[in-house]
Amino acid sequence: MSYLKSKFHHPNLARNELGLTYRDYEGSLSTLCAGCGHDAVGAALVQACFELSIEPHKVAKLSGIGCSSKAPTYFLGKSHGFNTVHGRMPSVATGASMANRSLKYIGMSGDGDTASIGMGQFAHVVRRRLNMTYVVANNGVYGLTKGQTAATADKGSKTKKGEEIMWGAIDLPTMALQLGATFVARSFSGDKEQLVPLLKAAICHEGFAFIDIMSPCVTFNNHATSTRSYDYVREHVEEGNITDFVPSQEEITTSYPEGESKDICLHDGSILRLHKGINGFDPQDRFAAINAIEQHRAKGEILTGLLYCDPTLRDMHDFLGTTDTPLNSLDEKTLCPGNHALDGINNSFR
Amino acid sequence: MKHINSVNEFVIRFANTNGTGSASANNMFAKALFRMGVPVSPRNVFPSNIQGMPTWFDVRVSEKGYLGRREGGAEIVVGMNAQSMVADVEHVLAGGYFLYDSTKEIDPQLLRKDITFLGLPISDVCRKEYTDPRQRQLFKNVIYIGALAALLDMDFDVLKGLISDQFKGKEKLIAPNVHALELGYQMATSNFTCPLSITVKNSDQVGSRILIDGNTACGLGAVYGGCTVAGWYPITPSTSVVENFEKYCNRLRIDPASGRKNFAVMQAEDELAAIGIAIGGGWNGARSFTATSGPGVSLMTEFLGLAYFAEIPVVLMNVQRAGPSTGMPTRTQQSDVLSCAYASHGDTKQVMIFPSSPKECFDMSADAFDYAERLQTPIILMTDLDLGMNDHLTEELSWDDSREYDRGKVLNAQQLEEVEEFGRYLDVDGDGIPYRTYPGTHPEKGIYFTRGTSRDEYAVYTEKGEDYVRNMERLEKKFATAAELLPQPEMHAGNAGSKVGVIYYGTTDHAMDETFDMLADQGYSLDGMRVKSFPFGKAVDDFIKKHDQVFVVEQNRDGQMRTLLINELEIDPAKVVQVTHYDGMPITASFISEAIVKNIAIKPAKKKAAKRG
Repeated sequence: MSYLKSKFHHPNLARNELGLTYRDYEGSLSTLCAGCGHDAVGAALVQACFELSIEPHKVAKLSGIGCSSKAPTYFLGKSHGFNTVHGRMPSVATGASMANRSLKYIGMSGDGDTASIGMGQFAHVVRRRLNMTYVVANNGVYGLTKGQTAATADKGSKTKKGEEIMWGAIDLPTMALQLGATFVARSFSGDKEQLVPLLKAAICHEGFAFIDIMSPCVTFNNHATSTRSYDYVREHVEEGNITDFVPSQEEITTSYPEGESKDICLHDGSILRLHKGINGFDPQDRFAAINAIEQHRAKGEILTGLLYCDPTLRDMHDFLGTTDTPLNSLDEKTLCPGNHALDGINNSFR
Repeated sequence: MKHINSVNEFVIRFANTNGTGSASANNMFAKALFRMGVPVSPRNVFPSNIQGMPTWFDVRVSEKGYLGRREGGAEIVVGMNAQSMVADVEHVLAGGYFLYDSTKEIDPQLLRKDITFLGLPISDVCRKEYTDPRQRQLFKNVIYIGALAALLDMDFDVLKGLISDQFKGKEKLIAPNVHALELGYQMATSNFTCPLSITVKNSDQVGSRILIDGNTACGLGAVYGGCTVAGWYPITPSTSVVENFEKYCNRLRIDPASGRKNFAVMQAEDELAAIGIAIGGGWNGARSFTATSGPGVSLMTEFLGLAYFAEIPVVLMNVQRAGPSTGMPTRTQQSDVLSCAYASHGDTKQVMIFPSSPKECFDMSADAFDYAERLQTPIILMTDLDLGMNDHLTEELSWDDSREYDRGKVLNAQQLEEVEEFGRYLDVDGDGIPYRTYPGTHPEKGIYFTRGTSRDEYAVYTEKGEDYVRNMERLEKKFATAAELLPQPEMHAGNAGSKVGVIYYGTTDHAMDETFDMLADQGYSLDGMRVKSFPFGKAVDDFIKKHDQVFVVEQNRDGQMRTLLINELEIDPAKVVQVTHYDGMPITASFISEAIVKNIAIKPAKKKAAKRG
């Protein structure tokens, strides 16, 4: 059955600084399964962008192939989107950012798209610290091709058909940490309270921001023997650091006793405020983050929250030394050295 | 023994070991002749290796201006490599000369009675003259160039001038290099009667032309064409394209106020990412390119299909080498014609342009960005190793300062306000080319989703058969528009009424002037057509229709251009005869003319009469 999404909205809907409502950040009607975690991720992105008052057309959303990569159609309908080829979104995002550094780039990928076919491109986009938010909607299963296991599925857990998964799982946040991502977090699509502030911080972070989101697949991976089902994830999530996002404009009124919270100031002046949870560790210590992930994993737990953030490190454009003006806006006057310069060049070949 | 007598018309081969610095000395020799006004075509025949393997450097010297490779041996061989000595001695034409290092006595079995052996104790002299082992090695090369100056009666001042130019900024290296040249010169004059029967003399045949390699010209073309984004992955023989792009950008594209770069170059993790970067840049409104060779093209095909179908401008420079697979990485071929024409799965057709000289590499590289943005599709520049990595005599580079880039059909914010309706894939003008917008242009209008899946005119995903077919038909229409936009073939007219035609492209052009002359000497007059682009325009179709027999000359085994012509223009295969040369060395005039004479259907009347008489 197909039906249309209503354009109606209540006249008193809350408006952000741009005078837009959250509905201005929605996309077209989702064709994902009812209850799919990816739709919750999309909704969290809508809320994050709305609350940040980001101009929707100044966002570019990119994806590869798969259920997760279809998702960008269903959020930010006023942003340009690019559904590229399987596992290769990072290179397209790199070129896009090289062409115009002034847009916000949001990459939406899945576990197959990132941890299998796109592993190479993922590793290298982290290395080059592309200024983007890279979201993996991680459900441990291939949805579009109907239920094959993904490289992030836990070894020893069982598929819907009852087959035991024999290959070791790839932990994407650990990889991102090792390869130099400057913002790494993990969350759960079912925990909007945690996810939205993390997405807001990731979007404001200048550098490579990676969020691995447990996003259960209701159709192929929501059974009792799965470690990526709603029930399993909910029961095994351990929140490391509880994070608030304080926008740059907002006055900080509350204060916490020393030792109980930590503020990380992002490039745009906004603040990531961390409250130590029961498993708290210093999110500016990369080694501590890797250690914490591994320790929780060994216990069968999924460590979520902000894992690492260093807002002082440089991004790709800093390394490249690119001019501030978007390259796509430069014209022949700036770009073409002209016939005169060819005199010297010709002479150097005589 | 009868010596070869020649002035400014000969081939000299340098046989060296790679990694010994010989290429720069050999280049200096070629450049000296060029500065003397004599047309030269140097060709470096090098192994896929860093150090220790045989390498050859052939210089054809031709007052007549023939720049193609010449078949057969050389009048002079400089044999500096014991490993390849047997073949190198054999390579000397009867009556020619073999210059070698006589420090170690030559194997008497190698000696030939029909050539002259010129032994000079080069290593011995270097051992006495220099203490540093690297200098001992490097100056051997300079010494034999000095000896050649005496033997061939070269202008010594030109050589000295080249040394000063080469070491500008490292002045203290000039004197020892000139000294080595003089050493060689003296050794030759004191051991032999100089000059030989083969000499060079100053000429005026070079004119304003320059000596430059195709890859440098391509890199410069990308600078002049306004390219700002490059993604690449190193692969012989294309590596120096992007290296040169970056080098010239660093000189010419630094923002004077901030000192920052008006360009961005990214060395990617592989060719897939390299073209992905270029496509991302093109999608986002920057002129973008990548360069690669055959194996890279294979990896890029999926992305080429995306760019074709999603209609994204991107330039791919393919410096072809001998395939298949890793093939012969340091040998030349034109063997990617089919893999590029139909690159990617599904019904794809890609636009190709074929430069034949560095001047065309420069012009066509710059033009490629206009074509890409006008047509919103990948443009594949098909060059090859011979053109890309060797210096060629070519017209000097020039640029029309009044030229504006053709950015194609792009709507800005104001235009979006004015248009009644925007559909990313709507064929408004009837030429198959739709209008696009850059991301971030307008808050409400002109926003669309780009995808490799099927969609309707408004960029909305669709699986309806009629929508899909309509889109595919529009892409065909766009391809027909491309044929009119692209460079037209260059014609070479034979005698009026010639019924035989010959089609060629790219570097085969270098051998064609000589081929036409060779055929004319035997009484054959053929019309020639150099194809410069695909899709083929009407002129190509007309040329084939006009002739009873058409030869297609190319540098691959399977006659790929012939196949493409037959397939695209629905030509009777019996009419088109393939002449293919694919041993990895550039094609030669004698090879082409022999193949044509053997297969030509219409023999010249004059020649038959002469035979009967």
